[in-house]
Amino acid sequence: MTTSAAQTFVNIGERTNVTGSAKFRKLVTAGDFAAGVEVARQQVENGAQIIDINMDEGMLDGVVAMTTFLNLIAAEPDIARVPVMVDSSKWDVIEAGLKCIQGKAIVNSISLKEGEEIFLDQARKCRSYGAAIVVMAFDEHGQADTADRKIEICQRAFKLLIEEIDFPAEDIIFDPNIFAVATGIPEHDNYAVDFIEATRIIRKTCPGCHVSGGLSNVSFSFRGNEPVRRAMHAVFLYHAIPAGMDLGIVNAGQLDIYDEINPELRRCVEDVILNRSPDATEALIELAEQFKGQKGKVREKDTKWREAPVQDRLEHALVNGITEFIKSDTEEARQAYERPLHVIEGPLMNGMNVVGDLFGSGKMFLPQVVKSARVMKAAVAYLNPFLEAEKRELGTIDHSNGKVLMATVKGDVHDIGKNIVGVVLACNGYEIVDMGVMVPAEAILDKAIEEDVDIIGLSGLITPSLDEMVYVAREMQRRNMRQPLLIGGATTSPAHTAVKIDPVRDNGPVVHVTDASRAVNVVSNLLSDAERPLFMETTSARYQRMREARAGGPPKPRLPIAEARGRRFVPSLPVPTAPQFTGSKTIGAVDLASLANYIDWTPYFASWNLAGRFPNMLEDDIVGEAARDLWTDTEVMMQKIIGQAWFKPKAVIGFWPARRDGDDIKLATGETLYTLRQQMVKDNQKANFALSDFVGDSNDHIGAFAVTTGSEPEAIAAEFEAAGDDYSAIMVKALADRIAEAMAEYMHEKVRKDYWGYAANESLSNDERIAETYDGIRPAPGYPCQPDHTEKQTIFDLLNADQIGLSLTSSFAMNPAASVSGLYLAHAESVYFAVGRIERDQVTDYAARKGMDLRTAERWLGPILNYDPSEPDANAPA
Amino acid sequence: MTARSSRIAALKAAATQRILILDGSWGVMIQRKGLVENDYRGERFAGYTDQMQGNNDILCLTRPDIVTELHEAYFAAGADISETNTFSSTTIAQEDYALSAQDVWDINFEGARLGREAADRWTAKNPDKPRFIAGSIGPLNKMLSMSSDVNDPGAREVDFDQVYTAYRHQIEVLNRGGVDLYLIETITDTLNCKAALKAIMDLEAEGLEHLPIWISGTITDRSGRTLSGQTVEAFWHSVRHAKPFAIGLNCALGADLMRPHIAALSRISDTLVAAYPNAGLPNEMGHYEEQPEETAGAVGEWAAEGLVNILGGCCGTTPEHIQAIAQAAAEKPPRQPAKPAPVMNLAGLEPFELTT
Repeated sequence: MTTSAAQTFVNIGERTNVTGSAKFRKLVTAGDFAAGVEVARQQVENGAQIIDINMDEGMLDGVVAMTTFLNLIAAEPDIARVPVMVDSSKWDVIEAGLKCIQGKAIVNSISLKEGEEIFLDQARKCRSYGAAIVVMAFDEHGQADTADRKIEICQRAFKLLIEEIDFPAEDIIFDPNIFAVATGIPEHDNYAVDFIEATRIIRKTCPGCHVSGGLSNVSFSFRGNEPVRRAMHAVFLYHAIPAGMDLGIVNAGQLDIYDEINPELRRCVEDVILNRSPDATEALIELAEQFKGQKGKVREKDTKWREAPVQDRLEHALVNGITEFIKSDTEEARQAYERPLHVIEGPLMNGMNVVGDLFGSGKMFLPQVVKSARVMKAAVAYLNPFLEAEKRELGTIDHSNGKVLMATVKGDVHDIGKNIVGVVLACNGYEIVDMGVMVPAEAILDKAIEEDVDIIGLSGLITPSLDEMVYVAREMQRRNMRQPLLIGGATTSPAHTAVKIDPVRDNGPVVHVTDASRAVNVVSNLLSDAERPLFMETTSARYQRMREARAGGPPKPRLPIAEARGRRFVPSLPVPTAPQFTGSKTIGAVDLASLANYIDWTPYFASWNLAGRFPNMLEDDIVGEAARDLWTDTEVMMQKIIGQAWFKPKAVIGFWPARRDGDDIKLATGETLYTLRQQMVKDNQKANFALSDFVGDSNDHIGAFAVTTGSEPEAIAAEFEAAGDDYSAIMVKALADRIAEAMAEYMHEKVRKDYWGYAANESLSNDERIAETYDGIRPAPGYPCQPDHTEKQTIFDLLNADQIGLSLTSSFAMNPAASVSGLYLAHAESVYFAVGRIERDQVTDYAARKGMDLRTAERWLGPILNYDPSEPDANAPA
Repeated sequence: MTARSSRIAALKAAATQRILILDGSWGVMIQRKGLVENDYRGERFAGYTDQMQGNNDILCLTRPDIVTELHEAYFAAGADISETNTFSSTTIAQEDYALSAQDVWDINFEGARLGREAADRWTAKNPDKPRFIAGSIGPLNKMLSMSSDVNDPGAREVDFDQVYTAYRHQIEVLNRGGVDLYLIETITDTLNCKAALKAIMDLEAEGLEHLPIWISGTITDRSGRTLSGQTVEAFWHSVRHAKPFAIGLNCALGADLMRPHIAALSRISDTLVAAYPNAGLPNEMGHYEEQPEETAGAVGEWAAEGLVNILGGCCGTTPEHIQAIAQAAAEKPPRQPAKPAPVMNLAGLEPFELTT
């Protein structure tokens, strides 16, 4: 191998890649393939030697889009003259592409992530279509980040390809993963060095092979700063090409000539790429500001506001969430004001008040407020050393509008909503004591005393948390703690607060907070001597009315359980086919990019208090702008999550022979799944459902699953929090939740089509999946089909869910929080339903079947009881 | 060793020693017989409504005597390899005559059997010059890379899976009928050819006996490209993964126009190079006028220059042409396959090379 040969570098155009080009994505998602063809033509005219075609976009049917586009360009000799790289994370899309290409293409990519068998099978198929392959450094354990892992995986893949299937070495291209550097996370600092070193060794030890990579990843942190990105790409290639990188997916417009880079910038970039100094990132970030907005495609920026006085600039920065100048502006203000505290009390609080007003009047939305908070935090962090110094000199005390303790109660791990409320309150000058998740009542109350907090806020997402909140309120009564108690979280409600929590204490207010936008108003009312009396009067009156309305109305009539069973649903169709295997199976290393296509985005926006259906909401007159901004930031975050494999989603599924036994499902393994039956009086011919109705009396099966995004999201969110970036922290957690749901959706589809295989020919778009137009259901304990959370224990035991790092809390919440578990019922007539309120007769019977004492059963089923368990049973024998 | 695997070994051995000779045109020879509709129909297809005249492949079933006679004529002229009379025997091509899959299967099977018998007779007569039967796999009238609608460049009459299925059917029966090698010929669209290659590779992976593959493309005009737009270099890189026994060109052009493309293949390919041009270009009446010695003179030069390993004739050539070609090639050493450096070669319509 001569030196000059090693210097060969082929640039693969990425403008016909929906993940690399926003323009191309817009064209093809709008169905304008003709314009997409023109993009390809220009790219070839501009010198692309190979064109990369990628249609991995949630809104597209990848197989159809790939086929359509390749057939179109096949008819264009100006385009078809160059080879194609078929780029997809989905094998069926790759294969569809190969079926349209007469030339010799490159497949991008296959990997060992699903094991050797699938890898070799796909490689063999690529060979039978006559294609070269890109092999990503990805194995059963995930995507390789360190040099050692990259080398190990590539060498293993090489050996398999050569020895097992005689794949020609010269047609193997390794992609050892280019990840972003300068992210602020120290573990990422060596990523470029890892790639370059791995490349050197892979080229040496796998003779004949090639090395490629997607260059734009490396500079993700400087998105929006084109000059810095271009310099990073040039410097990276300057070092990677001699090491043996001979292909790359690079936007040629995003590349500078190494020698023409500003020397200072080049030195800084080189420090970052080669990880030459621990301060390299900081230095580059600082220097980057100077280059921002220079030549290249830069968004038109309004810089007029920079000319305004400093207090106006701070306000502008806060309202618009701009951190770019916050340090220098804060410093300028600090010098202008007598004391550093005055900067906070003056211009910063004024700015936050504007944010609060805009938020209160619906002109700003939660994601924007959280971004404002990030700016505020940065300013306060800058002032902190001065405040401390002053405190030491003058002995002054902290100023705050009030101190709020926040905690997710024992047994519950959900904290996105709590964190949002915390941020919003902090923005408004309240000091937050955040105790995190799974906090026992005693710890909450001890801390409240120790910190002398003004208000206690409790959060919870799962129904058992409601009882825990009642317990905290009761303890406050007992310990005579008078602070207002705020209740929030997805399962909480004004009604529950009014009926169950408010009555257990009379020494202080209990207030339900519907969402984050109300929190500031509630807290400021409660802490204001002037406002509190009226506020409490109206709140108490409202709760009183709710209690009366509830007590006053007769309980809705219920059928006796025997009668409800007589009206059980009797399937008319036969039991489904048997699954492909019985017992359990773990599935690791599912590709995040594939999962992204399964995400239902509407609930994601809802978690940011942005109402509306995705994607229509992006065009909404009211929330559209906020939603679009959030979407832009979310896409960047998703690219990081996917590109750097931040999350390691895992799943375990299982199937077992099972039969219906009354309202129970008996498994051949000896376990029993208990189900609850609807007891409402129905005026139509509909049956009174229980989940057991969908299981056959013999020869049937049941499945179960548990999926999790893993423990990584929480660690990453913690890093963002530590860096003062709550916006990103909340985003990471909210995305982790969506990816867990997506994983559940993805696995359900795999189960329907493959693992159970009762719907092998199903082919649904994401919208159809979200609309659940398929056969079979995946009900989860704790949801309306089976409100009893304790059933999760049986599922976890059957699956050994701890093997994928999942556990249950004392309240049967899943830990990590971004997880989903449930059952698989395959019967074609199975439907989701709500058990609704149930009567004492069923609860008594259910408790007996489960071997649970009645009181315990009533506690778990508390939210759906149609009777007051403290009242004696009218039907009991005397 | 099966009888067939020893024949294949003999074929490969012969290829190292001399230039092998393929037979010539079948169309022109059948035309000379002056057959009428009833000859084509025979008893088996008497009740079929579509016209059968012109469906030369069906003669394998209805006039096997003619098929055998032509194999005999070409072996007598000195051909080492004769092709089965199955050029159009795919379910897709035979849709034009409304033949069933079973009819198509039977044509291929009988075609292979008749060829096999003829070759074996000649080998028995002269064991020093073994004769071979190549299963003819022709192009389809439907193409995967070309639009079927001038107003819609994305339109296709067939998809890959349909083409694959049709070829797979033909390949399996040719193999079972006893051919010694496959000859995928007159390729106008490389993607159609790749579907056939995938079918072969898949069938072999499933256990069908391995046979050598001969891939023969067609440069349609002076542009120097296949009908689907590829240069010969791009064509070679697009099919090389099948590790063919031979690569070459046939049809469309006469020897003079074919020469530069054969020379190009000869330079780059690490396998045998084959050429069987037409007897010149057809005249205004559609007749080929090039005389046997003219064709033989041209291809004989290629042999002398060491460009080729297999020679034969396509449209317009007769046993007389083949005899002349065999004489011109006799005693000339076969071409030595090229030894290209192991670099990554890709292809669109044009080749692309990434050096290691």
